[in-house]
Amino acid sequence: MLIDIAIIIIKIMIVIGGIITTVAYLILAERKVAGFIQERYGPNRVGLWGLLQPIADGVKTLLKEDITPARANRIIYHLAPAMVLAPALVTFAVVPFGSGIDAFGRHIAFQVADISIGILFIFAITSIGVYGVVLGGWSSNNKYSLLGGLRSSAQMISYEIALGLSVIGILLLTGSLRLNDIVEAQIGMWNVFRQPVAFMIFLVAVFAETNRLPFDLAESEQELIAGYHIEYSGFKYSMFMLGEYSNIITASALIVTLFFGGWTVPFIDVTKFGYWGAFLSVVSFAVKTGFFLFLYLWVRWTLPRFRYDQLMHLGWKVLLPLALLNLLFTAAWITYV
Amino acid sequence: MTESLFFIFAAMAIVSALMVILNRNPIYSAVSLVITLFSLAGIFLLLEAYFLAVVQIIVYAGAIMVLFLFVIMLLNPGKEAKFLSPKNPRIFIITLLSMAFIGMIITLVSGSVNYIGEAASSTGDLGTTRNIGLTLFTKYLLPFEIASLLLLVALVGAVLMTKRHLR
Amino acid sequence: MTPPLEYYLLFAAALFAIGVAGVLLRRNVIIVFMSIELMLNAVNVTFIAFSRQMNNIDGQIFVFFVMTLAAAEVAVGLAIIVAMFRNKESINIEDMNLLKW
Repeated sequence: MLIDIAIIIIKIMIVIGGIITTVAYLILAERKVAGFIQERYGPNRVGLWGLLQPIADGVKTLLKEDITPARANRIIYHLAPAMVLAPALVTFAVVPFGSGIDAFGRHIAFQVADISIGILFIFAITSIGVYGVVLGGWSSNNKYSLLGGLRSSAQMISYEIALGLSVIGILLLTGSLRLNDIVEAQIGMWNVFRQPVAFMIFLVAVFAETNRLPFDLAESEQELIAGYHIEYSGFKYSMFMLGEYSNIITASALIVTLFFGGWTVPFIDVTKFGYWGAFLSVVSFAVKTGFFLFLYLWVRWTLPRFRYDQLMHLGWKVLLPLALLNLLFTAAWITYV
Repeated sequence: MTESLFFIFAAMAIVSALMVILNRNPIYSAVSLVITLFSLAGIFLLLEAYFLAVVQIIVYAGAIMVLFLFVIMLLNPGKEAKFLSPKNPRIFIITLLSMAFIGMIITLVSGSVNYIGEAASSTGDLGTTRNIGLTLFTKYLLPFEIASLLLLVALVGAVLMTKRHLR
Repeated sequence: MTPPLEYYLLFAAALFAIGVAGVLLRRNVIIVFMSIELMLNAVNVTFIAFSRQMNNIDGQIFVFFVMTLAAAEVAVGLAIIVAMFRNKESINIEDMNLLKW
């Protein structure tokens, strides 16, 4: 009993610690990639290749003055950053990040909570994530931030539909909402080959859900200066950033889990190799996730931002019908072929 | 365990529901309603309605309440005038009506305790996704299709109504 | 120890009464709307409580339909409110008297 609780606590600590560390180095990687794409160096002063830059940044935001605007709505203004960060961290709880090991006389799955409605849980939690952005934008009592909050609320509702519908094809193929079942059903054949259209829709919608370029209408620097977090400074600002980048990590992990076989390794059955197999599965998961993290950065420095009407057009008139057609086709395929 | 959880969720739901109707700032009302809906999702979990608990969060907290917040922020109505003063003639009628309603329910429930009887023994998988889906797509297929039609009509209606220039 | 059915019914009744009070008390259309949502949810609780009591899933299916209805209702209702606001610059329920004769 006690050992079970200890295992769960250790898993939670590993996941949260892993996400926070990845966020720190993701920000550094973003600046390095930006430098590379724009033919300059990027940060290289703090430590070797700038590797200590995240620590310097963290200390800097901690020491900065925390300003609250005079006309802001205090309670919600202070709560909003936490409302962004918490859902971002909780979502990862159901994502399996490895095959699991046998230790202490029991099977330890590399996943914090193995619940039977994993996919629904993810959609439920990500749909709450919008509150922090919307309320943060409203409570700052600033026109720009209010516009950012409004934009993000409309954007997130619109793209959630396409996001959910694109996954249903996979659920039809797998017959289960558990993420581990979905991963195991992909041994030998990744879902991306079975559901290429769904993958494209999911990829686009997930970029919109995480408020990243080319869909960062909520915080577009050029028109809204910084959008919903314009008034935030110091540690609250870095909590917004932590939330945003944690969302990116969870989204990449989700893409890998749903479409690229999760922790499975192509052509190798990792469950046969004991601890080394488990290690290999975690590495496989990390490498795939890392690729999609890189894709996020790559897209950011390559594509320009959508206009707002283009964004709505894409979401409602292109992605939604496409997702419905894909669902229809998949259902017909399963029934008749 | 279930009982104490029920009381926690119920207290949370009632208190935040009161906040919904007593706050003068509509944004606070909306946030309180979100808390109510979350506690209700918890109560659904206690009643073995697992699928509906998650749907409650996705549909109500994730979509409907965001829509409410969107409209509140769009219209920016500001605070309502004080309504909880003795000068407001409605307040007595409302209190009376609500009390009468609660009294009615209490009489009804306490009178019918003998008929309610013990709860059926739990099979543990009452409200799982599988069971809901099986029932929905066999016994209730026609209502399900009609519901989808209703949603389509609502979609078209909402778009039409918010168009500025109707030609 | 699971709480008996009466608790759920009383809880739902209280929630419903709060919803009714909100509809009667408030003049802000959006809050009135939220109070209606409260009442719908109170009914959902009774449905699910009875569903568990009888160990019969039909009640939960009904809740599913109520949620569908609520979503449709909110979409149309908020559209009406926005259209009204454009014409009257007000969301006070007493200003919405077009159909009053």
